[in-house]
Amino acid sequence: MKASVIVFPGSNCDRDVKISLEKFGIKTSMVWHADAKLPKTDLVVLPGGFSYGDYLRCGSIASKSRIMKEVTAHSKKGGLVMGICNGFQVLVESQLLPGVLIRNINLKFICKNITVKVTNNKTNFTSKTSRNSVLEIPIAHNEGNYFANKDLINELEDNNQIVLQYCDTAGNINEQSNPNGSIKNIAGIINKKGNVFGLMPHPERASDELLGGMDGSIIFKSLK
Amino acid sequence: MQKVSKELAIKHGLTAEEYNKIIKLMGRNPNLVELGIFSAMWNEHCSYKSSRIWLQTLPTKNKYVIQGPGENAGVVDFGDGDVVIFKIESHNHPSYIEPYQGAATGVGGILRDVFTMGARPVANLNSIRFGSPNHEKTKYLLNGVVSGIGGYGNCIGVPTVGGETEFDECYNGNILVNAMNIGVAKKNKVFYSIASGIGNPVVYVGSKTGRDGIHGATMASAEFDDDSESKKPTVQVGDPFTEKLLLEACLELMQKKSIVSIQDMGAAGLTSSSIEMASKGDLGIKINLNLIPCRENNMTPYEIMLSESQERMLIVLKKGKEKEARKIFEKWGLDFAIIGQLTNSKKLELEFNKKNVCSIPIHSLGDNAPKYKRDFITYSYPKIINHDSDIEKLDIKNSLIKILSHHNYSNKSWVWEQYDHMVMTDTIQKPGGDSAVVRYHGKNKGIAATVDCVPRYCKAHPKSGAMQAVCETWRNLISVGAQPIAITNCLNFGNPEKKEIMGQLVDSINGMKEACEALNYPVISGNVSLYNETNGVAIYPTPTIGGVGLLKNINNMMTFNFKNTENIIAVIGETSGHLSQSALIYDIIGDKDGPPPQINLKEEKKNGLFVTDLIKTKLVQAVHDVSHGGIIVTLAEMCMASNIGAKIKVSGSNSVKIKYLFSEDQARYLIEISKKNLEKIKKIANDKNIKIDIIGKTQSEIFEIENDLKISVKELKTKNESWFKNYNKN
Repeated sequence: MKASVIVFPGSNCDRDVKISLEKFGIKTSMVWHADAKLPKTDLVVLPGGFSYGDYLRCGSIASKSRIMKEVTAHSKKGGLVMGICNGFQVLVESQLLPGVLIRNINLKFICKNITVKVTNNKTNFTSKTSRNSVLEIPIAHNEGNYFANKDLINELEDNNQIVLQYCDTAGNINEQSNPNGSIKNIAGIINKKGNVFGLMPHPERASDELLGGMDGSIIFKSLK
Repeated sequence: MQKVSKELAIKHGLTAEEYNKIIKLMGRNPNLVELGIFSAMWNEHCSYKSSRIWLQTLPTKNKYVIQGPGENAGVVDFGDGDVVIFKIESHNHPSYIEPYQGAATGVGGILRDVFTMGARPVANLNSIRFGSPNHEKTKYLLNGVVSGIGGYGNCIGVPTVGGETEFDECYNGNILVNAMNIGVAKKNKVFYSIASGIGNPVVYVGSKTGRDGIHGATMASAEFDDDSESKKPTVQVGDPFTEKLLLEACLELMQKKSIVSIQDMGAAGLTSSSIEMASKGDLGIKINLNLIPCRENNMTPYEIMLSESQERMLIVLKKGKEKEARKIFEKWGLDFAIIGQLTNSKKLELEFNKKNVCSIPIHSLGDNAPKYKRDFITYSYPKIINHDSDIEKLDIKNSLIKILSHHNYSNKSWVWEQYDHMVMTDTIQKPGGDSAVVRYHGKNKGIAATVDCVPRYCKAHPKSGAMQAVCETWRNLISVGAQPIAITNCLNFGNPEKKEIMGQLVDSINGMKEACEALNYPVISGNVSLYNETNGVAIYPTPTIGGVGLLKNINNMMTFNFKNTENIIAVIGETSGHLSQSALIYDIIGDKDGPPPQINLKEEKKNGLFVTDLIKTKLVQAVHDVSHGGIIVTLAEMCMASNIGAKIKVSGSNSVKIKYLFSEDQARYLIEISKKNLEKIKKIANDKNIKIDIIGKTQSEIFEIENDLKISVKELKTKNESWFKNYNKN
């Protein structure tokens, strides 16, 4: 497995995710946003951060950057794409994933450990997890409140596109366990084809015992 | 151009004598641009004119110090060719006027101070103090400052890992925002601001210059009155995205061998940065102001020189390296302009529209700046107060709950969860512990850091208070297993022209000096913020101390949460029962008189080294320094952090128990030890003449003091976690 991490001006989790990818045996190269071509790659990772300062709307300017044409083409060919946090916002803005991410319901930036339930473990990104397992992974965002209209939610559910949902430590998905107001407690979704995955939690921040947990590593292990 | 007069000089914050001194130094009357430059360089914020002679007495060296005060930040040796660079700085006045931008640019400024030196910033800390929670502006200021700090730090991607948040009515009209940053670099890749090489190009990089922040440093050197709101235009506006680009571009350029010196444009912008570089190199500097990238049309030389627009740097390049450097800044989408060169004139010479608009001998701005030995009084240690009548019948449980749910002692996660404290994936001890710890990236060692001050102690007796602040940082570093290396200080005081305030400053510096010397724990950088007064009322003296320690092996890092039930709980250090100025007496009973706890530096050192040994030899399971609220609150915090309970026994009358449990005697630690190590530890303590009280043991879920109190840890947490959430509900 070979990965390319896209570096936008303002990305700040690019190094962190590279460390995790390589720790779990995925060869990784960094790709500058202004580059015209992607190197030969199996997986494209859009990292967390504040691409282009998150001006206009989070992920919006990045979605129009030169390299995103390549990323889109890569995804159309069935190549894997994973967007974490700001990367998820870029995927939504690029319409590689449906729905929108709006401001957290409390209108504050939230950085803390939360728990998510793996609702769909039959994906390239979660294959090493068991269905309904609960993972403890940090979030750190101001605009992670996922929203979609009723039709879209039905579609996501029918196609099993909801992959991660915020839950309590016992796995209950409810209002108390929802940190940001996301509809259906959605923390991560996948496209219909199953090759583009976006999630708000940061698995790269939970892939080192010293940082307090290894639950995020299962995503990198699934990808290997 | 406006005619310069004494009256205009006074409007610029200069005194009549200072204006006469300018004329004498220049040999003529200054023009408006020159007057603006003098006022910017000679204000308190840039010149340290009231504090300089006292700051010079502080110890600034030990075997780790590579660079002490005088540069953009201090540098200490972290072994293996690695250095750690850090500094703390105030942004008090702007944050009161415009909390979001004031706090945000405070973070931005201190970040630049650190990466200017070639370091990659790896940790932000801060100390923020607000007025009474009931004051009409407090909620707005708290929310603005916290989101400003988060807004900047989160975006640039440097974790905010620690700090303190406190409320006291003495800050009603002057809040404090002190921001600290820590960076890492290679020992042979540290950059300084001393310019050299006549003819070398002077380069401007970063954001364009606008009209924001003009006279920011002058504003920060004056008291507030009811009209402070009108000073909003003097507050700078930050853009963390540009700062992130500037950071990456500067670090990229620093990998090449093209920089002679580099300096960020902070307070007093282009004025102070150009003068500092030339002055240190004993050279002159010539700048063509038409070449400055400007954001707005028709900016005058006066405005360009005094603008405090953010995210700008001044670089002296080696001749011939311009092209290589330009390429890097253009890649990052930043302005890059060659604006002048170094000269041998020893003057600051400015040209605008082909005319000379300024010619000032550089040394008259720096070395010849005014230095005042202001009058001061010395504070004696206040009379001891007997609190027996207050505490005879005081209920222990009730008092504990009142402290835990008090705004100053409640859980601060509402604050630090708004800060990204995990980005860069090296934060191995998060906010909430005694010190934050970040792993030295890619290495097995760590950087421990903490920021502390107890202003009520400083008000009661400035010298003891400042000593205590130094000692508390030392203790907090010891508690996580680190070796304390050095400090940075941020001295927040009122108007130094009043001898009572000057006395607070002098006594604090003296106290700091004694503590730093005794602990071999020097000051390597810092900042002084004076005139923190509104309508003549000053804040409490607040010498904030940022301490940094080296954790040699991250696997030996200590935390304060209890690790298991059935372990022994012990207090290290002498408990004499000092209650005046404690959380209980000051905040709960409301008696604000009496002396702060005495500092015994020998005890401090001895106990600290003892705890260090216990951690190194893995004889302890948990360590927490005893601070606000005394043993009982410290113990409760250890329980809440672990969901493990404790059962302790204290004997004597109610007053005796209260004194033991709530007193804030210094140089103490609470430790958790497993039964098998108890005798060994007792023996070492005995050999080293260390006082150790075995007070009880850990147990499941219930916090208990025999015969006095029984409460579930869960309930303690509920009490402790509710204040911020309730306060900010709407």
